Amino acid sequence: MLAQYIANGLLIGSLYACLAVGFSLIYGVLSIINVMHGTFVVLGAYITIYCSQYLGISPLIAALIGCAIMFVFGYLTQRFLINEVVAAPIFISFTLTFGFDLLLNNAMIHAFTATPRSLLLDYGSITVAGISLSVARLGAMVLALVLTGVLYWLLRHSQMGRAIIAVRMDRHAATLLGIRVPQVYAITFGIGTLMAAAAGGAMALVFPITPLLSGTFLGKSFVICVLGGLGSVPGALVGGFALGLLESFGAVAFGAQWSATVGFALMIVVLVLRPSGLVGRKGFE
Amino acid sequence: MNERLVTLPRILAAMLLIAAVIGFGFYANNYLLQAGTTLAMSIVLCLAWNIVGGYMGYPSFATAAFFGLGAYIGGIVQNYDLPLALAWIVAAAGGAVFAALLGSILLGLRGHYFAIGTIAVVEVMREVANNWEGLTGGAIGMNLPILVGSPRAVGIFFYLAMWALVLITFVLTAMIVNSKFGFGLRCIRQNESAASMVGIDVFKFKVKAFIISGLIVAAAGAVYASMVAFIEPKDVFNVLMSIEVPVMVMLGAAGTVLGPLVGAVIYVLLKELVWVNFINFHSAILGIIIITVIYAVPKGILREFQSRLRSILTARPLNFRKS
Amino acid sequence: MAEHVLRIQDLTRRFGGVVAVNNVTLSIPKGEMVGLIGPNGAGKTTFVNLITGFVPKTSGRVIFDGADITDLPPHEIARMGIARTFQIVQPFSEMTVLENVMAGALFAGQRGSLKEASEKARHFLAFVGLDQFAESSASNLSLANRKRLELAKSLAMEPRLLFLDEVNAGLNSGELNHALDLIRKISDMGVTIVIIEHLLRVVVSLVGRLVVLHHGGMLSDGPPLDVLNDPAVIKAYVGTKFGQRHHAELERQRQKYQQQVERGV
Repeated sequence: MLAQYIANGLLIGSLYACLAVGFSLIYGVLSIINVMHGTFVVLGAYITIYCSQYLGISPLIAALIGCAIMFVFGYLTQRFLINEVVAAPIFISFTLTFGFDLLLNNAMIHAFTATPRSLLLDYGSITVAGISLSVARLGAMVLALVLTGVLYWLLRHSQMGRAIIAVRMDRHAATLLGIRVPQVYAITFGIGTLMAAAAGGAMALVFPITPLLSGTFLGKSFVICVLGGLGSVPGALVGGFALGLLESFGAVAFGAQWSATVGFALMIVVLVLRPSGLVGRKGFE
Repeated sequence: MNERLVTLPRILAAMLLIAAVIGFGFYANNYLLQAGTTLAMSIVLCLAWNIVGGYMGYPSFATAAFFGLGAYIGGIVQNYDLPLALAWIVAAAGGAVFAALLGSILLGLRGHYFAIGTIAVVEVMREVANNWEGLTGGAIGMNLPILVGSPRAVGIFFYLAMWALVLITFVLTAMIVNSKFGFGLRCIRQNESAASMVGIDVFKFKVKAFIISGLIVAAAGAVYASMVAFIEPKDVFNVLMSIEVPVMVMLGAAGTVLGPLVGAVIYVLLKELVWVNFINFHSAILGIIIITVIYAVPKGILREFQSRLRSILTARPLNFRKS
Repeated sequence: MAEHVLRIQDLTRRFGGVVAVNNVTLSIPKGEMVGLIGPNGAGKTTFVNLITGFVPKTSGRVIFDGADITDLPPHEIARMGIARTFQIVQPFSEMTVLENVMAGALFAGQRGSLKEASEKARHFLAFVGLDQFAESSASNLSLANRKRLELAKSLAMEPRLLFLDEVNAGLNSGELNHALDLIRKISDMGVTIVIIEHLLRVVVSLVGRLVVLHHGGMLSDGPPLDVLNDPAVIKAYVGTKFGQRHHAELERQRQKYQQQVERGV
């Protein structure tokens, strides 16, 4: 059954990679820890569910709509609310986004209640070489990986992507090159939010979602970024797959309830021994 | 040249305050008594955080980790039918030991990673408490022995215990601020490598500050546990506490002696008002308070109104400028 | 022979593919004033960083007053009696000038109480001529005064060996003369001084011995006159476009120094 565990780990790992990549990019470029990330994931998931269930749109398209809406939301949030504190110590921006998250999360619980919602998809499963794979999960994996791949491609090959990377490398030098850094910040934050929504949309295909999960999503993003390496797409991919596999095998070894703890404990170990993560700066595009 | 720290007006003011606090405890109704105890606990946590986060400049999110640790150690000791005071002392000692270990590991990390690391510790501790049922009772929580006596008397006892802790912590802070150790912490905050070049053993200082802070927070956790007589992991290992404490200190003014007090008083008052009137939205409003503090008074209320509140209130040590 | 306060053997610092300091061996007798010169990037500041423990050593040994300090952390080296100034002055910016100097006295020099440190600090502030700024914020000082503050802070550490890293950069001639005066007074107090300088006339008028670093390695070591006449030194300075300017300066200094020696100054 080893192959099954590996497959499970990779399936969830792809979702995790997509989950963390937005958070990672925001940290790498703006140097802030976006505590709202988990809530953005839930929001993206809810938009997907709403569009799919009530407007009858296909789930994949619904997810993309969620991405678009959340991009705008993220862009505006950064431009007008967060830009003030971008230069401040990490502790200030952390606390500020924490405050915003409290507000947003509370508002969501009031608007949508804490009852879990899901898409109730049933496409069954296929069996490949003795491994059982749920079609919905495969679809989610494809969505997550495609979007992450597109992000990677854009960072390397588009003008805005290169600008983002320049700002990540050295924001002062980027200003001197004529890059409008506040604009880049806003777009990056928008992209980070978009990827969170994408992850939410992908997750909506396979799990029930509630606003109460925002903390869990945020926590996993932390762990993934530290494991893989903060600030890069390859880092998020490696970290995501690492955590997925860790949880898959960990659930068997220690029981499912210890998986979160093992993740955090491993994160502390990596922080101390190799703070730049498994991939570190080598993963920078 | 020097302002003496212990001046007659200050001693008189302190005695008046102590009398007022004690009097309040005996004459206030049960609701106010409870609120006063919560306020005292917040002040203790803020003063303790201020040593590491304010003076030394290492904003830690580990408060909840030590609080929960103290609560559970106190609870476990008390459940062996050992006396209250012993439980509290053992909890404080446990906090000190844990701080020494944790500090040695985490204090070498740079700002961002240190912050992330301290939050991770809270999460790990909470999950460990949730799952290690043999030791902690697991997610369903742990009961502690209830103190013998009328509810009123018991309430007053814990009220006085918390405020005694406030007095101890305040005196400790004042002593540190006026000592070589405190001076060294301020140097470390401003420029760690220059501090090292001037002869300060930076690592030792950092760990020592972390130990003092952790010890106090663990003691507060133990007193809290004895008071409420029932604790559960998500209650005492709550990341929200780790965030609220720095916010309170920032509200008052980090790195001053009275800042934590002022911030705690204002924040707790606001929170009580909100809880009483808007209970459904209290999370959201807490969020708004946090946001407002950061936008409106980032240096803290004490510093924003510094010129008006000079002299007595800001407790300047000797004649050095507050940092 | 005078006792050696500092002995350095095969000191090397290598990182990435760069050799910043290359097998330097050097001994400095007690009370001497040594000039350390060399083109930009020669490794002078790295050299000081290695000795003071600021930067890890790739290989080599450093022996200070008979004790092996090679593997000691910076704060212990400071306490043993080695102080240095930084090229880019970094005071404790939120503290007063007085407090900045107190830091030196508190943790490396006298190591007494806050009150004692405060008195010591005032003494050293008066020595460098900053006493009227004692209560000012360190961040409000002019560049020249910040350099004096660095000096006072280092002196408060009561060092036996003092490294002055480009203390004179950016000073006008009046400030410069005052600085040179102070340095001479410090040397008269018995402190061994190593002064890193770009301004040749400063170095030549102050020191009895010159060490030249080039690409991390020691190029020349000896009395200023000999060193300035050393063809290798001239070549190192003349090798670039700017070398000609330096060459003229060197010649002028060499002749001036020769005259001073002949006059028995």
